[in-house]
Amino acid sequence: MSETILNEPQTLEINFGPQHPSTHGVFRMRAVLDGETIRGLKLVIGYLHRNHEQIAENLTYPGVFAYTDRLDYLNSMQNNFGYALAAEKLAGITVPERAEYIRVIMAELARIVNHLLLVGFLLNDLGAFFTPCLYAVRERERILDIFEDVSGSRMMCNYFRFGGVKNDLTENQLGEIRKVVSRLPAFLDEFEALLSKNEILCMRCQNVGGLPKDLAVNAGITGPMLRASGINYDIRKTDRYSIYDRFDFKVPLGQKGDVYDRYYVRILEMRESVKIVEQAIAGIPRGEFLNAKTLPLLRNPRLFKPAAGEAYGRIESPKGELGYYLVSDGTPQPWRYHVRAPSLINLTVLEEMCVGQKIADAIVILGSIDIVLGETDR
Amino acid sequence: MTRPQIAKEKNPVFGTGILQGMWVTMKNFIDSYFKKADQGGIFTIQYPEELCRISENSRNFPFLVYDAAPDSPRCTACGICERECPTKCIHVEMAKDTAGKPLRKPAVFEIDYGLCMNCGMCEDVCPFDSIFMDRVYEIAGRDRTKDMLIGKDALLKPNAYFQKIRPKDAADIDARRKAAEAKKAAAARPATPPDAGGTAS
Ligand code: SF4
Ligand code: SF4
Repeated sequence: MSETILNEPQTLEINFGPQHPSTHGVFRMRAVLDGETIRGLKLVIGYLHRNHEQIAENLTYPGVFAYTDRLDYLNSMQNNFGYALAAEKLAGITVPERAEYIRVIMAELARIVNHLLLVGFLLNDLGAFFTPCLYAVRERERILDIFEDVSGSRMMCNYFRFGGVKNDLTENQLGEIRKVVSRLPAFLDEFEALLSKNEILCMRCQNVGGLPKDLAVNAGITGPMLRASGINYDIRKTDRYSIYDRFDFKVPLGQKGDVYDRYYVRILEMRESVKIVEQAIAGIPRGEFLNAKTLPLLRNPRLFKPAAGEAYGRIESPKGELGYYLVSDGTPQPWRYHVRAPSLINLTVLEEMCVGQKIADAIVILGSIDIVLGETDR
Repeated sequence: MTRPQIAKEKNPVFGTGILQGMWVTMKNFIDSYFKKADQGGIFTIQYPEELCRISENSRNFPFLVYDAAPDSPRCTACGICERECPTKCIHVEMAKDTAGKPLRKPAVFEIDYGLCMNCGMCEDVCPFDSIFMDRVYEIAGRDRTKDMLIGKDALLKPNAYFQKIRPKDAADIDARRKAAEAKKAAAARPATPPDAGGTAS
C-alpha cells in the first residue's frame, strides 16, 4: 500500500477518502498529481465488505431477499427484482400477470429515485451545493412514501417474493402512484431549465471524463454509462425480461460519453421510466399478486428446495447489469450465490477516464459513474 | 426503435442558462412560502412538534401479541422465528413447570433491536400469529448491549394495540383465528380434543 504509484520528481501523491465526502461512501482513491493534472489514480476498495455472498449461502433462499436490499441501498426494489428472477428461473416458478405489472411499476419508480439522487449529488460534486439536490430529494420523497405505503419500508423494501410480490396494490395506491408520476414530467422540465443549459454545468461537464466506445465495451461497462458512450445496450430491450416487451419506451443514447452525456442520459431515462409506469398503470390487470403455489414458502422458507442446478438472472438496474448467480444442490440453502454488481465493474475505468484531467474533475467523473459502495464492496 | 440523440443546444447568449436557472430557484423560493407541501411548498416538518404520517403497512421492529393477559401470550415458543431470522437476533426459551414439562409458552423471549434488520421474516414465518412488525421509533438508547436487547415484558403488547396500528391486518387475523377456534371447538365436542397442531422445529 505504501509504495508510490509513479516515481517522478515533480509529482505528488494524494489520498482521497475513505471518509471523504465526495467519494460517496467509504471508498478511497490515491491520485498522483502533476500540478493539478492527474497522472495516475488507483482505487482502494473493500472498506465496506460485509461478506454478503457467504451470509447468503448460510440462509434460506427467501431469507436472502432482505440482504439484497442492502446491496444498492438506494433502489432495493431493483435488487429484489434481480434476485427474484434468478431464483424463479432456478425453481421454474411462474409469476402472475398482475404481479409482473406491479414489479415493473416498482422497478421503474426505483429507477427514477436512483437517477434523481444521482443527478442531485452530481450537482453537489460540481459545487452547486444542495439546491438541485433538494429539489431532487423532494420528488424522491413522494416516491419513497409510496414505497412505504406498499412495502412497509422506505428504503429497505423487501417487497418481492418468489412468484410475485408481498402485498397487493390497492386502487388508492395506484391512484397515488399515478398522481406522483404525472407530476414528474413538469418537474423534470423545471429541473432541466435549472441545469441542462447552465453554462457552468456545461463547461464543467462537457468534454470531461470521456469514455470511448471500445474501452466501455471491453471493460464490461453497462447501464447508463455505456449508453452515454453511444452503445445501444439495455437489458430491458435485449432480454425483455418480465414484461418489458409490452411497453413502448426508448433507450436514450449519448454521443461522446462525457460527464454531460451521462448526466443527460439519466434525465432522459427518467422521462422514459415515467412513460413505462404510466403504461403499466393503464394496463394492470386484476388477479393474483402472488403465485398460489409459492404461498407455503412464505410460511416455511425451508420448503424452497430447487433441484440441483444453476441459474443466472439479470436485470437492467439503474446502474447497469445487475446479475445474480445461484447454484443449488437441492438443499434449502444456496450452494453458491454470486452478485454481479454494476457499481464495481463500472468503477474499473475510473483511472482511464481521470488521467490527464484536472483534480477537481476527478470528483465529478466519479460522481457521474453512479456508484453505491454497498454494492461495490458487498 | 428510434434512438433519440442527445442534442446539446448552444445558448444564444452566454449567461442565459444561468439566469434561467436563477429564475427557477427564485420561483421555488417563493412557492415554498405560498404553496401546499405537495405542490412545491415546504415539505419538511419540524420533527419533535410534528410527526410524520406513518402508513399502515409500515414496519420496523417486531413485537409479540397477547390476547387476554401478558402471561398467556399467543407465542408457543416454537422457535421457528428464531431459526428463520436472517440475523439470528431472536432468542427464545420455552417455559417449563416444576416437573420439567414444557409449557408451550416462552420463559425468555429476547430480540436484539440493535441487530434486527426490520425484514419482517419473523412475521411471515410465525405459525401462531404471534409476532408482528411494530412501528416504534423513539427507542434510542445509550448502551447498545443493554438498551437494545428487548425482553419479553417489553415485547408483549395487547391485541388492541395491534388492532390500532394495523387495523386491516389485525381484522383479517382475528377473523381467521376465530374461525379456527370455532372449528376446533366443533371438532372437540364429539371426539377427544385433538392436540393443537404439530410444531416443526
Ligand atoms: S414463531 Fe411465533 S410462536 Fe414460534 S417462537 Fe416465534 S413468535 Fe413464538
Ligand atoms: S424483522 Fe427480521 S431481523 Fe428482525 S427479528 Fe424479525 S426476522 Fe429477525
